[in-house]
Amino acid sequence: MSNQGPKTLFDKIWSEHLVGQREDGTSLLYIDRHLVHEVTSPQAFEGLKLSNRPVHRPEATIAVADHNVPTINRQNIEDPQSKIQVETLAKNTKEHGIQYFDLMDQRQGIVHIIGPEQGITQPGMTIVCGDSHTSTHGAFGALAFGIGTSEVEHVLATQTIVQNPAKNMRISVNGELPFGVNSKDLILYIIGKIGTAGGTGHVIEYAGSSIMGLSMEGRMTICNMSIEAGARAGLISPDQTTFNYIKGRPYAPGTEHWDQAVEYWSSLPSDNDANYDHEIVIDSSEIDPMVTWGTSPEDVVSVKGTVPNPSSAKTENKKKSIERSLEYMGLKPGTKITDIKLDKIFIGSCTNGRIEDLRKVASIVKDKKIASHVQAMIVPGSGLVKKQAEEEGIDIILKDAGFEWREAGCSMCLGMNPDQLKPGERCASTSNRNFEGRQGRGGRTHLMSPELAAASAITGNISDIRDFT
Amino acid sequence: MDKFHSLKGIAAPLPIVNIDTDMIIPKQFLKTIKRTGLGVSLFYEMRYDNDGNLIKDFVLNTSPFDQSKILVAGDNFGCGSSREHAPWSLKDFGIRCVISTSFADIFYNNCFQNGILPIVVSPENLDQLMTAAKNQIEFNIDLPEQIIKAGNHSINFEIEEFRKERLLQGLDDIGITLGYQDKINAYEEDKKNKKPWLFKDT
Repeated sequence: MSNQGPKTLFDKIWSEHLVGQREDGTSLLYIDRHLVHEVTSPQAFEGLKLSNRPVHRPEATIAVADHNVPTINRQNIEDPQSKIQVETLAKNTKEHGIQYFDLMDQRQGIVHIIGPEQGITQPGMTIVCGDSHTSTHGAFGALAFGIGTSEVEHVLATQTIVQNPAKNMRISVNGELPFGVNSKDLILYIIGKIGTAGGTGHVIEYAGSSIMGLSMEGRMTICNMSIEAGARAGLISPDQTTFNYIKGRPYAPGTEHWDQAVEYWSSLPSDNDANYDHEIVIDSSEIDPMVTWGTSPEDVVSVKGTVPNPSSAKTENKKKSIERSLEYMGLKPGTKITDIKLDKIFIGSCTNGRIEDLRKVASIVKDKKIASHVQAMIVPGSGLVKKQAEEEGIDIILKDAGFEWREAGCSMCLGMNPDQLKPGERCASTSNRNFEGRQGRGGRTHLMSPELAAASAITGNISDIRDFT
Repeated sequence: MDKFHSLKGIAAPLPIVNIDTDMIIPKQFLKTIKRTGLGVSLFYEMRYDNDGNLIKDFVLNTSPFDQSKILVAGDNFGCGSSREHAPWSLKDFGIRCVISTSFADIFYNNCFQNGILPIVVSPENLDQLMTAAKNQIEFNIDLPEQIIKAGNHSINFEIEEFRKERLLQGLDDIGITLGYQDKINAYEEDKKNKKPWLFKDT
């Protein structure tokens, strides 16, 4: 990467955060914000203690418990191990003077929901967290990526990370989104197109009129699933939509620095003639509402499609992989997607647990009832999302339709808490991963948008929102 | 960190693509606050049945592969979450080297933090090594020379120099970076002036 010439958004953030080169040739990148949660941090704090190292800049760090927490009766965490993890985070943050939103704090929620919600996430920042969905924050034009626990310890101790620059990929989606197609369909379509390793080694910048026309919530859904395409980070240029979202939030720049910040943020978008290692252009009119049929997010098909036949695979590896997925999913080749019967509906997660998602679901299920054979659960992404929804009466609409209305957390996206699928249960899920066992051992996950999940809850089968009135 | 120099032994074949970190170590084992003790839960859902009994035909449950220090696996190994519990569980089981055609970025990085060597080879070489592994041919991994030897095969591999050095010497990454403390402090002072809004406390 040269210092001269046109730069991408990624190049600009990278060079702005370069502290220097180490003698071993690696770059030291400064980290502006570090988000910490209970699952990937205890060993990092233990490491600091063992080597007697302090936290370099506790005020640049914020912590919350989200992965493990119960979504009902949260005064008492029944699982003793989960309880220890949450208590350990409380203890560690107190010891090091790190801001911690505890379980009773209304600001508690999924770490990638609360960063933006609090105005902690801002354009041009570098943001890390011991969680792969840190890519979410890229929606603001921040370079944000997931790290392992050893790196969490490194960031706590030094406020830097050891990195080499990523390659630049740009995915442009142009045109008005067809009726019934939204950000979740867009990103599932992209992952289906480039594959789960398609973005490995790259940072993906999403551009084009379809992307820039999305709300911040929609942009977050796109960047969130960049990791499912193998990219460590996703990026979207900051613009007026971004600035409007941030303004006035608790940790946003105050009035004294606002204009200066906006001026800098406005300089961040990629230069017109910047060079990308890979470019992909998509016409949004080719995109349908999308659903996964298999056990990898790349196993995706139009809701109007059918379960694929392994014999149509181009390689022997792919054939075996499809066979394995279909066996796990209990599906036969050629089955119409809309003929797949569901047991559970999960709406929530860092992908689709924001207020806009809840509003969409409420508008679809209003004055209707969920199918008698399904169990449906809505888990708001944060305590504040929950509060907002309750102020708007969304909770009443959802409860009247038969949904369970829960407290904020990661919940059934990964089933670390009691919210899990039983073996063989089939779930329409607005989360991000359909891996074997992800939502519970033997559980079968179909990823889709909140709109499709809502329609599917009513019919009890996977349903096309475009057929649903 | 543990050093890695060279490694000799049979390799376990796992010819599945997109082995994700949920498969390597399922969520229920992420509740630990320690780095050790996860080996017994490695590949839990492939290794144990619903009653917790060993599934006899899973490769890591069969002799001699239950003693493997090397794993040969399909493309895009370690995709999914950032959980370092994945390399911790591999290491605790005894695996110090994973060979595949590609690795997910975060997993790849996490390996080096734990003295595990992930090696990327071509699809043709992976096929050869997968067959050698199935035939229980002894592998010889030489990091200084960057060579995998298995039977008649002698395969060179690439590794970034700094990663190689860190493995060979078992270096403490944080210790190295703390040597640049003055630079970090100077960077912060500069930014406090130029971008004061970044220094509003969380």
